[in-house]
Amino acid sequence: MNAYLKGLALAGLTSSAALFASAASAVEIEYWQYFFDARVEAMETLIANFEAANPDITVTMTHFPYADYRTKVAAAIPAGEGPDVVQLFYGWLNDYVEADLIQPLPADTFPAAQIDADFFPMVQAMKDGDNYWALPTAVRSLALFYNERLFEEAGIDGPPETLDELMETAAALTKLDGAGNITQVGITAGMTAQDHHWWREGLVRQFGGDPYADDYQTVNYNTDAGAAALDFYTNMFLGDPPVTAIGFMDEPQAAFKAGRAGMHIDGSFRIGSLNGTRGLKWGVTELPANADGTRSNYSSYWVNAITTKAEGEKYDASVKFMQYITSDEAMQIWLDTVGELPAKPSVGMTEANANDETFGPFIRGLAYANTTKFANESGQRQLMVEMVERIQLEGMDPAESLAIAAEAEQKLLDDYYAE
Amino acid sequence: MYRNLTIRQKQIVWAWAFLAIPVLFYTVIRFYPTGNAILISFQNWNLLGDRTWAGMENYQKLWNDPVFWKVFKNTFIYLLLGTPISLVLSFVIAYHLDKLRFMHGFLRMLYFLPFMTSAVAMAWVWRWFYQDVPIGLFNNILAGFGIPQIAFLQSTTNALPAVLAPAVWAGLGFQVIIFMAGLRAIPTSYYEAAKIDGVGWFTVLTQITIPLLRPTIVFIVVFSSIGFLRIFDHVFNMTTNNPGGPLNATKPLVLMIYDTAFNGFDMGYAAAQTVVLFTILLIVSLIQLRLLRST
Repeated sequence: MNAYLKGLALAGLTSSAALFASAASAVEIEYWQYFFDARVEAMETLIANFEAANPDITVTMTHFPYADYRTKVAAAIPAGEGPDVVQLFYGWLNDYVEADLIQPLPADTFPAAQIDADFFPMVQAMKDGDNYWALPTAVRSLALFYNERLFEEAGIDGPPETLDELMETAAALTKLDGAGNITQVGITAGMTAQDHHWWREGLVRQFGGDPYADDYQTVNYNTDAGAAALDFYTNMFLGDPPVTAIGFMDEPQAAFKAGRAGMHIDGSFRIGSLNGTRGLKWGVTELPANADGTRSNYSSYWVNAITTKAEGEKYDASVKFMQYITSDEAMQIWLDTVGELPAKPSVGMTEANANDETFGPFIRGLAYANTTKFANESGQRQLMVEMVERIQLEGMDPAESLAIAAEAEQKLLDDYYAE
Repeated sequence: MYRNLTIRQKQIVWAWAFLAIPVLFYTVIRFYPTGNAILISFQNWNLLGDRTWAGMENYQKLWNDPVFWKVFKNTFIYLLLGTPISLVLSFVIAYHLDKLRFMHGFLRMLYFLPFMTSAVAMAWVWRWFYQDVPIGLFNNILAGFGIPQIAFLQSTTNALPAVLAPAVWAGLGFQVIIFMAGLRAIPTSYYEAAKIDGVGWFTVLTQITIPLLRPTIVFIVVFSSIGFLRIFDHVFNMTTNNPGGPLNATKPLVLMIYDTAFNGFDMGYAAAQTVVLFTILLIVSLIQLRLLRST
């Protein structure tokens, strides 16, 4: 019996030694991102291409549902269980830098001056001195989707170019039933979706304001411009007659997808889910300009970063992998598969991409886009949601509601930057 | 050494040997995290960096947070509306179902079905029932009669009862089953005696049935109170776009904890809220256990 056990243990040892020996010849690095069909598919293509070019490196991808992603990453990396290269939302980066969980990209492979020149300017938020902390493969911006069938039916020839035209077009597209209930909205509305970005970085700036000061540490929208922007926004559903309703068909994108909304402001990531919708003929155009022709947009992005877990040959492999996933080739693959916009003008602004019927409006929007530096994106969004709800549900004076929101957001920012 | 023990001592050793597994399990899974949560409530932690000592800061913040008091109130509204309504409804249903022979099993199954359904799926179906025209079932019916539509979820006054209704409905089946078991357990001799004395149904109900159901009632009250104090999935799923909204009108304490921890990543503050919830649950349970003991 004892001899048998000894033999078994010995066999186990030798076989595991053999296993380790074979693993040692190739470097294996781990990559994490959240689960979204097209993103996973795009990354699989990128990994296959990368492994073909670097046969000694294996990249394993792990993905989680979006809802758990932030928590899982935050729990795993400090515990040393995490990935070597990780995808993070740009707004989270500060926390990761401060907690010493990611390492800067090496300046010799990723020279800051070169990146400044090559990438769209909003990426510079990831820079610290001579080093970049992280880099995106793709960026996102907003645009105005419109339902071509409903436009035709209402006899409108083209999408609106200005904010005034937007309201006129929306009014023409709104339908009521006999009891006066809205059954089709001219344009969707809801701060819970993308409208809070449109309001902050779009409308407030277009009405002559600057939503934040001091590198997004001071709230600056409690001004005449902010009030005018809020007035424009609430007028869509509180005006006479209203051209939309908050919560119409539960979610704005659902209403648009179902063909019950004439127009809808959303991000480039929505393209994929609208593409396969039966019976929906849609077009997309740049966000409307104000009376002077000024446009403004919001852009956001997910970055890839190397964690502090990657050391030695894993670190070298991670750097190589980072180089590939921020290359022009990778960006084109990402655009074609996911529909997210290239982070470099050299890929984005090519003749074919910038004039693309679908991607063009988003890519052109990047030229005048701003990126909000959030301390707590969902918390800051919630304040916008409540700002509108106080006006709509409690009949509060818009100026007062704006002031409450500004004060609450300032407090949130102060608490965050005080730490 | 074991040999020198008395039989009584040996029994104790064996008892502890078997108890060791659940004790270990509870220590690792329950007591350690509970203790840790209490510790975190005195610290600041964003899950990524180091924990830093905060003293009573989180509790002071909680005391001065108007959202917390709003949420505190909501939690007790869920409790004070939900528990009596579900208690009365389930008793009425069980009382009549107990007397019914025709299709008894089928009806009982119908009442029990919602209890077995996933709360998430149910919440979403109800969420769509409550929508405005053109998709909401209730409002489409109202619109069909030319009645102006009601803002169920998009209202600071209607939203909480609208969210509570499916939660009550979902728990009903279980309570009906418990009540029926309680009703069956009452000896028929009492009823026979009442019949011989020629007592009316109301007297039978108030003098025999309800007093003898007391243990059942206490159990259901304890059970459903804890359930309503911890309400989360119905609220979260019916208001995912604006969790606990509009304007925190439906937000219960558990949702606030979730939001603080996993959207705000303010673990210390979330832990302080958890400690408060734990204390409330402890007090409510102790009071109710005391009531149970006096029977």
